[in-house]
This record gives sequence, structure tokens and C-alpha cells, in this order.
Amino acid sequence: MLQIEKVREGDVLILQLIGEVDASNSVLLDQSIQESLQPEIKVVVIDGKELKYISSAGLGVFMSYVDDFSERGIHFSIFGLIQQVGEVFKILGLDRVIAIVPDKTTAVALRK
Amino acid sequence: MSPKLILSCSTSALADLRSFIQLNLEVFGFSELDKHQITLAVEEVVANLIIHSHACNPNEIIHLEIKDLGKKVAVEITDKGDGFNLLEYEEPELRQVIEEKRKGGLGILLVKKIMDEIQFESKNGENMCRLIKKFPPNFK
Repeated sequence: MLQIEKVREGDVLILQLIGEVDASNSVLLDQSIQESLQPEIKVVVIDGKELKYISSAGLGVFMSYVDDFSERGIHFSIFGLIQQVGEVFKILGLDRVIAIVPDKTTAVALRK
Repeated sequence: MSPKLILSCSTSALADLRSFIQLNLEVFGFSELDKHQITLAVEEVVANLIIHSHACNPNEIIHLEIKDLGKKVAVEITDKGDGFNLLEYEEPELRQVIEEKRKGGLGILLVKKIMDEIQFESKNGENMCRLIKKFPPNFK
């Protein structure tokens, strides 16, 4: 079960992921990120505090947008991951490709 | 008796799979982190079979069994159909995943990093992938 809440704060878009991302629902995450690729958005932040689980289906979605964000000058980061989920990013070395930060303030400050 | 589960080949069955694995790993003394990772590894193999070997056909099934091997636990995943031997699968580099915008390819890498041993057998049209994890130190 996955719920995605979107909050827009100026040119910052926050996607709060609530629940679990797996192969049955990763398309929802894909759609939400695809919709965030707008010229007026400069920062995309994933709020992972309520994300209990993510499989490679969800991780692959993030990875597939790394170049898109970079080309469009969008600062992308993830914050608030619980330990179990954070470890999954580390196992694959995704924390070297995607900014994983402790909180929203740090995430938004990345563009400065 | 070893815990067993029969799963329909639909991605909506993955949540049931996670509950089954989490519940039945309790007895082996794994930490929450270990249980999370073993569950993920099993799900990656099963999701791969559901999507690629069974084309998400809910009329087809996958069997799971969790076995206590003394100092390690084995999760056996058995299905019929086109076998997928993940030991022969060459995982992509991260850069390749990014450049090709591949949304797959990371799952098998996770399985190989998380599990201690992976075995695969195929005979008489039946395939079995066995994922093995050692018990935590000082358990049993």
C-alpha cells in the first residue's frame, strides 16, 4: 500500500511517501516524479519518514530520473529514511548517486 | 514442519509474501534490519519470477518454503516454467542503470549482496532458487 502526498512550497516540491513501494505500485511513484518535471520546480524532495519499505522497483524509478533532474537543474534529494530503508540505498551504493540527507531543511538548502 | 506459502503470480501478492517471510523469520533471532533485508531479497526473486517468467498471470503459482538448516535458514522458491538462473545473470553497473533509464536490474544485485548463498536447480520442468542466510552469531 502506497500513498503519495504532494506539497508545493514555491519552487520546491515535496513528495511524501507513506507505506511501501514494490513492483505492484512503483508506477505511482514514477508518475508523481514525472509530473514534478516542470520548469518552475527547482527542488524535488522525497519525504521518506513514513516509507516503511522499498524494493528495487522503487529504487529503479529514482535512478531513472537522476539524469533528467541533472539536465533540468533540479536538486533532488531524499530525507527522513528509517534505518532499514536507508540501508537498502547503501547496500547498492545509491547514496553516492542520490543525496540522502537527514531533514527537509538540509534538502531544501542543497540548491544554495 | 517448515512454513510454506503458495503465491499467485500477481504483484498484488507481494505484500502477503512480505508478511509471511517476516513472521517466519522471527524464530531465528535475526535483527529487524536482517529480517527487512532477507524479506527484500526473497521479494526480489519472487517479483522477478512473477513479472518475467509468468507475465503476471494470476492463474500460475509459486511455492515458498522456509527451512531451518541448523545454523542457517533457507528460503526455497519453486516454480514451473522458463527457469531464471540468477547466478548466471550479470548485474548492470549503476552508471548503466542511470544512463539507460532502466527501472530494473538492481533487484538481483540486492539479492547477491544480502544473502550468504544462492543455489539454483532446474529439473523436470521445475525450478528452485534457494536463498540461504546464516543465523546471527550467538544464536542457538
